[in-house]
Amino acid sequence: MEKTASYRFDLTRYAWVRRLLTSRWPQFILRAITLAGFVLVILTGFIGSPVGSRNFAVMFVWIAWWSALKLIMLPFGGRAWCSICPIPMPGEWLQQGWLVKPGGKKFNLGLRWPRRLRNTWLQSAGFAAIGLFSALTLTTPVVTAWIFVGLIIVAVVVSVVFEQRSFCRYLCPMGGFIGLYSTMAPLELRPQPDLTLVEKGAAVREWPRGCPWINNPAALKANANCGLCLECLRTETGANMTLNVRSFDAELGQPGAFRLDEAFLSLGLLGSVMIYSAVFQGPWGALKNAALYAGSPAWWGFAAFFLLASFGLLPALLAGASALVRRTGNLGKPLRMVFTRFSRALLPLGLLSWIAFTVSFAFGKMAYLWPVLSDPFGWGWNLFGTAAVEWQPYLLSATPVIEAVLLVAGLIWSGRTILKTAEQLGVRGERRWAAAPVLLFALAGTLTMLWLLIG
Amino acid sequence: MTLPKFISALAKPILGLTLAVLALTAPLSLPPTQPVERYFRVEASQFAYSPGVLQVNPGDQVTIDLVATDVVHGIYIDSYELQASADPGQTARLTFTADQAGLFRFRCLVPCGQLHPFMLGKLQVGPNLLFLRAVLLSLVGLLLVLWKKPLPIASI
Ligand SMILES: [Cu+2]
Repeated sequence: MEKTASYRFDLTRYAWVRRLLTSRWPQFILRAITLAGFVLVILTGFIGSPVGSRNFAVMFVWIAWWSALKLIMLPFGGRAWCSICPIPMPGEWLQQGWLVKPGGKKFNLGLRWPRRLRNTWLQSAGFAAIGLFSALTLTTPVVTAWIFVGLIIVAVVVSVVFEQRSFCRYLCPMGGFIGLYSTMAPLELRPQPDLTLVEKGAAVREWPRGCPWINNPAALKANANCGLCLECLRTETGANMTLNVRSFDAELGQPGAFRLDEAFLSLGLLGSVMIYSAVFQGPWGALKNAALYAGSPAWWGFAAFFLLASFGLLPALLAGASALVRRTGNLGKPLRMVFTRFSRALLPLGLLSWIAFTVSFAFGKMAYLWPVLSDPFGWGWNLFGTAAVEWQPYLLSATPVIEAVLLVAGLIWSGRTILKTAEQLGVRGERRWAAAPVLLFALAGTLTMLWLLIG
Repeated sequence: MTLPKFISALAKPILGLTLAVLALTAPLSLPPTQPVERYFRVEASQFAYSPGVLQVNPGDQVTIDLVATDVVHGIYIDSYELQASADPGQTARLTFTADQAGLFRFRCLVPCGQLHPFMLGKLQVGPNLLFLRAVLLSLVGLLLVLWKKPLPIASI
């Protein structure tokens, strides 16, 4: 197996970049802006137009933010959104007793998060719950507003009871999605590579108040749990940490352990995007109505199908494929390990499916944004003179081509990763066909997405 | 790097590119069919069209009678930029020649309820070439991923 050191460029080698990141103010200002947007979303959700496509909350959250997250922030910045997310802010103020930086009277019990829940299971559940009510949430401003109010209440309560950003790391329903796919982002926060182990130990001991994301920054190897809060840069030993630009494949191309909960999240996200595509881009009215009328018998059927397909059928199929690879490749590794590593190799297919799905509706729906920007409450305002802009889809003839290219790229990326993973698991180079069952799984996933989006 | 090795290193990208270009340009279309008249009665109700997929051949003369069964619904065919809307219980007619080949979505044009922005159907004119080519490209991609052996030329 060839081992190539992936390319990394340390942005913090420039003193001004380091100063910009070390100061708490730029990040605070960005978060203040997102917090203002957040408050506006809750307000307009409650008192704005009840028609989703004319309401600022729905359009801003589910078209502007949700698209920007999946098209730009996540693929290029990883957890960049988490870095400026306003949801944990009130809880953090209570924890640190001050708005911008630690100081003052702290309001926090500081309990450790229960050991059994230190994983992504709750985040999977939260993401699935959003999926089950997605048709309702996406079209009903009040529901969107209540979700945000609920998120902030839970975040505050968790911040008061538990230590640091336990909410972000273990509970936030978006956190699992963003964290998992940030593995493929070309941005990372890492300790200096030339730190000796002794120095690393010193860096850990000198950590003044702990990493808000409950990591050991000196030993950081993966993106998934690092929220890019940048607090480690701001400590006495902060010079030991760097913010690097790297290749998209830098982390995924290296062997990496994957827990069972992460494997299920990876497959659950892949299943979810297929179901989202079927509900929102398919021609099936019965499916749309089943998804919309939460609580109706049809909705229960939809919910059961959603959960069984995403968290039952897909894992079962991949487990079967993994068992075949394990047998034909003569791997002496446990099935659980083979299954989880292959779920990790499917991350690119999942991420690019989400991006393709986003492309399929973002440009078509973007024109709904202009009127609500000028008239967020639906009170007849015309702030930017765009209140009367008529809806029209953008890039209509190009989007199916872009979707196809994205999906095929995801398949190739996942395919390469599957073969690399097979080699790491012990499949010999000349017996690479042994990985075919998992490759077929990836191919089937890609063809399903192609069929749903452009078929 | 010796010349044979250089050629061998280039072999995969060249083969890949050739296969990809083939997948994208291979003449997949069927022989042209005799244009016929096609009539569809499409019932629009919250939030779907029935039938939801209309299949015609290039050149066909298409008539769509849009019947709104519950509230006011519209129809807007992407790329064709044709539109009509029907009041409840009423019928609106669209007549056109299917002169653009491919798959086009049609959408509801009149806000008709919560899922209105997602009310859509498909008009397929001839085979869906983009889909077929994407499938071919997927297969080519997987083949290239699997193909790692250097060409025998490397050992010359
Ligand atoms: Cu309608």
